[in-house]
This record gives sequence, structure tokens and C-alpha cells, in this order.
Amino acid sequence: MSTGTVFMPPRHYLNDGYGIRSWLLTRDHKRIALLYLAAVTLFFFVGGAFAVLIRLELATPAGDFVSDETYNKLFTMHGVMMVFFFLIPSIPATLGNFLVPIMIGAKDLALPKLNLASWYIYILGGLFTLYALIAGGVDTGWTFYTPFSTVSSTTNVIPTALGIFITGFSSILTGLNFIVTIHRMRAPGMTWFRMPLFLWSMYATSLIMVLGTPVLAITILLVAVERLFHFGFFDPRLGGDPVLFQHLFWFYSHPAVYIMVLPSMGVVSELVAAFCRKQVFGYGFVAFASVAIAVLGFLVWGHHMFVAGQSVYSALIFSALSFLVAIPSAVKVFNWTATMYRGSVSWQTPMLYAIGFIGLFTIGGLTGLFLASVGLDVHVTDTYFIIAHFHYIMVGGTLMGYLGGLHYWWPKISGRLYNEFLAKLSAGIIFLGFNLTFFPQFILGYLGMPRRYHAYPPEFQVLNVLSSAGASILGVGYLIPMLYLMWSLRYGKLAGSNPWGAVGLEWTTTSPPPTENFAESPVVTWDAYDYQTTVTVES
Amino acid sequence: MTGHVLPKRIYYTIFAILMFCTLLTVWIAFLDLGPLNTIAALTIAVFKSVLVILFFMHVKYSPRLTWAVVIGSVFWLGILLVLTMGDYLTREWRHYG
Ligand SMILES: [Cu+2]
Repeated sequence: MSTGTVFMPPRHYLNDGYGIRSWLLTRDHKRIALLYLAAVTLFFFVGGAFAVLIRLELATPAGDFVSDETYNKLFTMHGVMMVFFFLIPSIPATLGNFLVPIMIGAKDLALPKLNLASWYIYILGGLFTLYALIAGGVDTGWTFYTPFSTVSSTTNVIPTALGIFITGFSSILTGLNFIVTIHRMRAPGMTWFRMPLFLWSMYATSLIMVLGTPVLAITILLVAVERLFHFGFFDPRLGGDPVLFQHLFWFYSHPAVYIMVLPSMGVVSELVAAFCRKQVFGYGFVAFASVAIAVLGFLVWGHHMFVAGQSVYSALIFSALSFLVAIPSAVKVFNWTATMYRGSVSWQTPMLYAIGFIGLFTIGGLTGLFLASVGLDVHVTDTYFIIAHFHYIMVGGTLMGYLGGLHYWWPKISGRLYNEFLAKLSAGIIFLGFNLTFFPQFILGYLGMPRRYHAYPPEFQVLNVLSSAGASILGVGYLIPMLYLMWSLRYGKLAGSNPWGAVGLEWTTTSPPPTENFAESPVVTWDAYDYQTTVTVES
Repeated sequence: MTGHVLPKRIYYTIFAILMFCTLLTVWIAFLDLGPLNTIAALTIAVFKSVLVILFFMHVKYSPRLTWAVVIGSVFWLGILLVLTMGDYLTREWRHYG
């Protein structure tokens, strides 16, 4: 804990210029991170609103709240908003943007103007998609499967696809910026193996963004061209193959899961080290596990197509490769656990989220193994088992890490402390609400309830009511942090440079940091998580 | 950034080769080579893109990190092609019903 007098630095990035222009034309990575934070939060609540409507419909077996067509649009827009406009940019564009330069001791990202451009591209893509939504929505599912998306659907496929296409470029440019920055901007002494593990995971994530996103962009373009000009890429009547779409789509969209979860893993590594006061067990293994996940993640996409008419030999190979991803993922989980073992664990809010992540990600990952085995997957394909599985990864994993990281670095970002009681309370509510929402869906799926239907047999009602009740608790859990974090911006206690007594370059500068991040350029002479030698605590 | 300046002659030569290959593609399209049709067209296309990458994009004169980026990208394209074709080429191996 910080000692001595805690003060607000007279000059920092938040008071370095006022007014809307100083924000919208900024090149400061920290301000751009906050622009992203605002935008990403907006899209999260738009996507969340769709989830509320979905769960309301599913509270009763009859399709009585919305029509089947409206329901198709609801789950599509929920998926599109959450995947492309919240989960993928969430941690990289906010925490990553804020922390990557500071953690390597640099003044900014390598390409600050490009960074601002990424935000505008993201907003432009978001506006296109919001337009599609207001103009009547889209009903293909977030996966845009052909031939429905190119031949049959009469909804706003093109504007939505265009929005995702545009946003993809923001993702590519952010990834590129991070890769260049980590290669070129490290402070003297900051070697690759002294980097915090968050940076390794951001690097691995950036690789996926740069290598995968162009394939998605081209695939979306092919859908648009087939829809508009009837070129035969995917439509069998025109000589195309609908399964080709699935190959191309999942070549990006399976690795996209790791764009979502790798950054979260990076956050958890930081949190576990800071709140156990220990070097992360097996640093090198955890670092390389990130890269291994990024690479292996590109070899497994066919597990989405076991019942799609893919060759059975191909399916077997994709199945075996999918099992391999479990190895680096398990390495991480075991190493975090080993770090906690005999550490002096302090149970502050970020650590609660970290532990929540480890538990929920483990459930999500292990049920992923069920789905990677061909025989079992045939039974549960397109059921609620899938829905439960990927929400455990994306919400239980990504969102837990995101919130944990947001709480951990909030004092650095804002210079102020949030209300610890409310924060712990909402972390508990979120954990409870999450499990109540999604655990019943495993059972529903195993019993055979299909996804993407607005009505279901009455015997499934009890579990669905549990799920809907959980969703309302979860919603409350997300609203509380919004309120106390906003409140803390003005009324929170001053944080000081290092409220957690953590090591790492970001804690050696003031909170909030100055525009140039450090009063003088740091020289690094120590390894990451060096809790053994000295903990420098400055006021 | 060290801007490597190439003599204009090289650009014109490469451009001429690219144009020649384009004509070659058109010419070959009118011949029936059976299963070699696609292979011939793709070979010419790959050759052309290699020229563009090496000379127009200056990769030939770039540091090794740039080479790593280019080779990595091509390798990733390879992953996409190999695993996708792995499906198409083995679908006929097994018949149902
Ligand atoms: Cu997958």
C-alpha cells in the first residue's frame, strides 16, 4: 500500500488540454484508449439490450413476446455487436492502448496518428452497423452463413457486412501498431524476456489480428459480391460451395476467439503476480503459451463444420488439432494456480475477477474438448451447449479479465480509487449471475434444445427461467461498476502512483501519467514481477 | 527508413514482364490443357505476384524482419489453402448410403 502523502500531479494527460478538439484530435495513446473505452462501453450496452430481449422471449416456451423474424434479428444483432464491436476491441483497444507504451517505457505507440485513425475507422464501421440495425436489422446470425446470407435473406446484410469489413481495418491497424511498437520502442534494458506477460499476450493477439482479419474482410466482400452481382462463390446453383464460406469465415473467426481471450489471459497474469506478490510461475512457459495459442488457433477451424458436409478425414484432423490447443491453455491455468500456491494472496476486487476468470475459463475450455471430439459434437451441434460453452469463454473469460484489468488499472487511468465494497459486491453479483445464466444452458443443450429458436417445448421452461433470472442479475452486476467508476472520477480518493504496491513500469509514474508517460525515460535493470528484491513505493 | 532507389529501367522491365505474363494468361485460356488449365493460370499468377512483392514492394532490398513478415504471411496463406483443400480432396474418399 502506498505510504506518505498521496497527491494529484499538477500536470497529467487528462488536464493537458481541454475541450472536444483536444480529445477528438489527440495522438496520445492514453486518450485514444479512453475514446475506445467510451465507444466500446456504448456497444456493450447496445449488445446487452438485445440479450435482455432474447432472455425475455425465452422466459416462456411459446413464441409470444416477439415474432420469429424479430427473434432472428435479435440474436444476430446481439452477436454482431458483442463480437465485432465489443469483445474484439475490448481489451486491446482500451487497456492495450493505454498500457503497451507505458509497460515498455515508451512515450507513445510507434504510429500515434494511425492509432487515432484506427478509432475513427472503428466508429465508422460501428455507424454502418448501427444504421443497418435502425433500418430494420439483419437476420443471418453473426456468422452470415451462405447460401442464406447471399440468396435468401431480405434484411440489411450488406450494410452490416460493410460495417464489419470497415471495423476489421481498425483491428488490423491496432495489431500492426502494437507489433511495431513492441519491436521498436522498448526502453533500454527492456528485453523480450523482461516484458510483462500482458505484452506477450498483446503481441500474440496482434499477430492474429494482422494475419486473420484480412481473410474475414475478403470473405465478407465475396458475400457482398455474390449477393449483389450473383457471382458463384458459395451458391451451388451458380457453381459455388456453401461450405467454402464456412472454411473462410472460421479461418478468421476461430482465431478471433483468441483475439478475445488472449488479452484477458495477459491481464490475469498481471493480476495474479500483483496480488500474490510473486513472480509468475514458469514465466517463459506462459509467454510462449500465448504465441503457441495464437499459432495453433489457426489450425483448428474445421471443428465448426463437423456436420456441415466436410470430409470426415478432414474432420478427424481438425479434431486432433483442436485438442492440441488445450495444452498451452492448460499450461497457463496450472501456472497461475502454481503462482497462487503459498503466495500471500490479497483478495481485492481485481483478484476476485482473476480467480473468476480462471474458474470460468476452465469450464469453458474443458467443455470445448467435448466439442472438439467429433462424435459428441454431432450430438450437441447447434444446441444450447454451444451457446453455454462459448459464453463461458467469451463472457466468463474475456469479460472477467476485462473488468479485472479495468479495476486494477483504474487508479492509474483516472488517478482515483473506486469504492472497494461496491466493487467486491458487484464482482460477486456478476459471478453469481453469470453462472445462473449460462450453466443451465449446458443442460438444456445436452437435452437437445436447439439454438436460434424463439419457442421451445414446455419441459425446458424451468432451466430457461433460471437462465433469464440469472441474466437479470448479471445485468445489475454490470450496471453497478458503471456507476461507481463514473462516481470515482470526481469523488474517489486519490490513488497515488502505486496504490497496489505492484511492480512494473506503469506503477513508477504518476497517476494519471503525464502525456509523455514518464518524467524521465526509464532504464530497466530488473525482470518482470521482481517482488523479491525491492518494492519501490513512491507517493 | 532507408529509401532504396532503384533505376527506373528495372521498373519498366518488370512492368513489361508483367504485361507479357498477362497476355500469356489470356492466350493459355484459349487452349484446353485439361486439368492443367488451373495449374497453368495459377503458376503465372504466382510468378507475377512474386515479381510485384520483390521489386515493386522493395522486399528484395529490405531487412530480414521484412522478409520474416512476408514469408510468415505466405505461410499463413498456405495454412488456409492446405487445410481447406484437405477437405475438398478427401470428400470423395468415402461414400455414404
Ligand atoms: Cu472454434
